[in-house]
Amino acid sequence: MNSLWAVTAATLIKDIRLEWRSKDALNSMLFFSLLVVVIFVFSFDPLAEESRHIVGGLVWIAFLFAAVVALNQTWARELRNQVLDAYRVSPAPANGLFLAKTLGNFIFVCILEALMTPLFVIFYNLHVLGPAWQLIPIALLGTWALVVNGTFFAAMSLRTRNREIMLPLLLFPVSIPAVIGMVAGTTAILTGENSAHFYIVLLLTYDVVFTTASLALFKTILHAE
Amino acid sequence: MTETPAQSAIIVSGVIKQFGRFAALRGVSAEFDASKFHAILGDNGAGKTTLLRALAGLAYPTQGTIRMFGKSPQDSSREIGYMAHPSLLYDEMSGMENLRYFARLYEIAGDERCAEVIRAVGLDPQLARPIGQYSQGMRQRMSLARAILHDPKLLLLDEPFSNVDVHSAREMVILLKKMRGSGKTIFVVTHQALLLDGVADEFVWMQDGRIVDRTATPLRGEVL
Repeated sequence: MNSLWAVTAATLIKDIRLEWRSKDALNSMLFFSLLVVVIFVFSFDPLAEESRHIVGGLVWIAFLFAAVVALNQTWARELRNQVLDAYRVSPAPANGLFLAKTLGNFIFVCILEALMTPLFVIFYNLHVLGPAWQLIPIALLGTWALVVNGTFFAAMSLRTRNREIMLPLLLFPVSIPAVIGMVAGTTAILTGENSAHFYIVLLLTYDVVFTTASLALFKTILHAE
Repeated sequence: MTETPAQSAIIVSGVIKQFGRFAALRGVSAEFDASKFHAILGDNGAGKTTLLRALAGLAYPTQGTIRMFGKSPQDSSREIGYMAHPSLLYDEMSGMENLRYFARLYEIAGDERCAEVIRAVGLDPQLARPIGQYSQGMRQRMSLARAILHDPKLLLLDEPFSNVDVHSAREMVILLKKMRGSGKTIFVVTHQALLLDGVADEFVWMQDGRIVDRTATPLRGEVL
């Protein structure tokens, strides 16, 4: 167990260092999300009252697509110079790699959300009518749902020829319950019409189930040829 | 007084490895002694790299078994040092940063061992340049440093001398000779057999996925 956390910490620090130097994932995610915000602003009337009803969907669609960019990058790095083989021949636990990658992606997507949320608020002239603090558990649980599945499916599609296409094909259908929870929960809080409690519990349950399943299966994925 | 026979470090029994309909290994059976230097030779596509990857536990035999020191390759990861044709290093990090990371995977604490192996391959542990800016020869040496970092009993090296100048290649051979002298079992896949003349204990010749000969010199004909 000690080894698992030591390996997770070492791999996470390494990934953050690599991202800090290359900024591959963060730059791609930021530009992609910015484009989505700008396109949506021109497509809809941002000052309309309906914006509170639709912006939950827009925000999470932007983050979902941007996260896919980061998720592809995170494993592509391990394929260069076949570095993943160095991990596979080591006695390090497979889940150490999975947890580090998931935590790394979680941090990167959270940074993206922290930078992009103010833009959404400004462009759509948003005023939260429900309990605003509930947006924090929705955001954290929703982001974890995206990255835990995304990291797992990105690893699964690593050795496929069209992995950039394969990842969304695998990830999006499985993420539908989580996306419903994120969008409906966010909309409930923004409009203040319903309670978001149910969606928070839904996301929490989803996260527990998929994190457990991913941890149980990742070793098989890592060592598959 | 009777001489104790050399212990078999690796026993390969009837190993077949197929990739779809193509068989890269076609029934390889062999025993390799511990603490010996084995050079694996053969033309491109002979199955050398596939055999090495199977020994490293990276490729699973379609049929047959491999035992290393009485265990499966997957259970022997602490005893195996593997150097592939690509560097298995992160281009964006320095040599020391790379080795520090891999050291943690083997539960090696501190930087002393990392600095020691970097010096052993003739590089400077203080070199701050990222690996991506290293010359091919330096990269190969750093890759060797990574493979020997955890002081493995068995070293599996895939073309360690390719794209390396003659002087650097000779220095690597001297280092490997020293390691063999300290009791390590070494496998080297190479096309530069003459470099290992007088260093390797045996030359294993492969052709079409099979071991076709085992000789004491890099010239075929003198069967062991």
